[in-house]
Amino acid sequence: MTVTARVRSSELRQTGTVTKNRARRRRIDAWKAFLYVVPALAFSLTFLIVPTFQTAWYSFYNWNGLSAATWAGVQNYVNIVQDEKLRDSFLHVGVLVVFYSFIPIVIALLLTMVISRAHALRGMSFYRTVLFLPQVIASVVVATTWLSIYSPNGLLNTALRGVGLDSLTKVWLGDFSTALVSVGFVGTWLNVGLCLVLFLSGVGNVQPELFEAARLDGASSLQEFFGITLPALRGQITVALTLTVVSSLKTFDLVYITTRGGPGDATTVPAYEAYNRAFNSGQVGSAASVAVVLTIGILIITALIGRLQPKETE
Amino acid sequence: MARKTRIWTGSIALSVAVALSLSACAPGGTAAPAASSGPVSTDVASAGPVTLTVWDQNTDEGITDAQEALNAAFTKKYPNVTINRVTQSFADLKTTLKLALSGDNPPDVIQANQGYPDMGAFVQGGLIRSLNDYNDVYKWSSYYPESLLKINSFSADGKKWQGDNLYGISQTGEVVGVYYNKKILTQLGVAAPTSLASLETDMAAAKSAGILPMAYGDIEKSPGIHLFGIVQASLAGADAVNKLVTGQGGAWTDDVSVKAATTIQNWSDEGYITKGASGISRDDALAQFEAGKSAFYVVGTWKQAAISATLGADAGFTTLIPAGGTTPVTTGGEGLAWAVTTGSKHPDVSAAYIDFINNADAAQTFIDKKSLPSVIPAGYTPTAGLETDVFKTYGAVTASGGLVPYLDYSTPTFYDTLTSAVQQLTDDQVTPKAFTEILQKDYSSFLSSK
Repeated sequence: MTVTARVRSSELRQTGTVTKNRARRRRIDAWKAFLYVVPALAFSLTFLIVPTFQTAWYSFYNWNGLSAATWAGVQNYVNIVQDEKLRDSFLHVGVLVVFYSFIPIVIALLLTMVISRAHALRGMSFYRTVLFLPQVIASVVVATTWLSIYSPNGLLNTALRGVGLDSLTKVWLGDFSTALVSVGFVGTWLNVGLCLVLFLSGVGNVQPELFEAARLDGASSLQEFFGITLPALRGQITVALTLTVVSSLKTFDLVYITTRGGPGDATTVPAYEAYNRAFNSGQVGSAASVAVVLTIGILIITALIGRLQPKETE
Repeated sequence: MARKTRIWTGSIALSVAVALSLSACAPGGTAAPAASSGPVSTDVASAGPVTLTVWDQNTDEGITDAQEALNAAFTKKYPNVTINRVTQSFADLKTTLKLALSGDNPPDVIQANQGYPDMGAFVQGGLIRSLNDYNDVYKWSSYYPESLLKINSFSADGKKWQGDNLYGISQTGEVVGVYYNKKILTQLGVAAPTSLASLETDMAAAKSAGILPMAYGDIEKSPGIHLFGIVQASLAGADAVNKLVTGQGGAWTDDVSVKAATTIQNWSDEGYITKGASGISRDDALAQFEAGKSAFYVVGTWKQAAISATLGADAGFTTLIPAGGTTPVTTGGEGLAWAVTTGSKHPDVSAAYIDFINNADAAQTFIDKKSLPSVIPAGYTPTAGLETDVFKTYGAVTASGGLVPYLDYSTPTFYDTLTSAVQQLTDDQVTPKAFTEILQKDYSSFLSSK
């Protein structure tokens, strides 16, 4: 009895220490876990979080980047609304969203409708690669290529002359009425491939029985598309929207290389304005405020698009 | 859930801490100009091993060759000095130099663009050093004409351009003018233009003969400054434009500037300059002129080597004489100023280097490489052809005080304002009057902020 009791009590004591040890170990483990996070945390603190706050802080000053800054309050933000040039840059990016995001998604959906009915199409993977190619090419190369396509004697004008449409030829990037649309079209060309590859993979996940059943029931290809394909692609459309909208909002490279915001200010976008003000014209405070507004805008839009995401795939 | 909250509180606390520590002081701090060091020395040989980091933008044909030759000669003379040359285009230098200068380890010697946006900002930030003490030793003020030194001078606080302190010296002379194709002019039976009126007559003749009068590409936006600059200078005269750019009087909305804008818009409407120029690159337009496809091309003397290499004896260069005047008035000045940074650990060696690459021997090196030095050696006879045109014009313009500064020196943001406005002007987006109002708005807000 006593033996058992002793054993029991020692057992009890042991379990007590074990629990205590476990708790301690868990605490140590938790700290160890933080150690694993430290490199990543240090990295994002240095290159992301601190610079973000720094930018926000700069935006309340008038600063040329070199000499002492003076407090500006919210004047830089007021200017975004009042300064026609800055206001226009946000309008321009709105136009670009249509070309970078909405049009490519519509085109890619149409192509998906056609291609998904032609699974046996010979060389399918070849076409898919070709359509995706623009995404792989460096944007500087893309911009330079299109610069040449749009030039006075470039591919586009030569083609127009070839079919007798001489009256339509123009310097596409130099004309106030066509420059922004021309830049936008490059974005369309870039993003169709991305959207298409996303959608095709989504269609691949749909059970073939569904399509068979629809066909047996005599559904037209349009009914099939709106009844099966489109709902099944909701997740992919959300992803495509997020990627393309964000890429259009932060457009810089295309504009920098093809037009530098010109002609006049016809193609300025916020990211270009932020760069130009910070590094060229010595308006660091104003540049920072543009960057802050752009960042907040992107966060809000991304959050709104996220709401389209179907619940089950979350 | 509890843990999530803790993480959130943690990160918010961290953010607030970061924000607070950051907002403790204004960005930029109060950069006090480094105290002027003791006596200066011209002794380079006994300075021990020194590496000079030099940032320049001498990338144009001819000029870059001259720079390389001068660097080699300097290190040959002083084997203890190594030169680390960092060279980039004008536009790239403009964007990266500010960052490099405000860092902990700035280059020793740089090329600073004149005017408020660059040199003024550097002086204000205490980033480049006054060269007055070295001027006493190297006697630059007896080598350079005063008009050229003035362009490279600021007040000590950087607020007044052409002030008392010298911050740099320049290697090359620059005049923006009209290059013309002699063969085409002969074929048209017209003489080389000497005034705005005769240039317009010549362009009309070229147009009716089916030849593009003036190749013009403005996608980079800077050529607009030159085009408007030479027309405005020849209409307004040197005095008015000088006062305007240095903020000493006049307005951009004055009648002459409106007239200059009207002239350029007419050229565009008449097809005298390339249609859709805002979508055509400067280099493409130059290539068109060099291929003999246009009668005229407006650019500075820094393209002398390139144009004489392609057009040879067919190339000519001229500047415009204002109505009623006898000597030409045009945009120009000198190349970017060679300056010494306040952060340089070797100011004596840097100053010696600057002197070496800017002195009379260096001027001859530039001539040998088909480029225009800021001071043409006395007694030098230019070779016949384009060089004679360029050298004679530069001599005439500098001697008569006909140089007007680049218009983008006017305000820190004027480069953007003017270049964008010229594109709107050539594309008929604005009336000439509205064009000048855009310029005046930027100008008056800068003047009132000073």
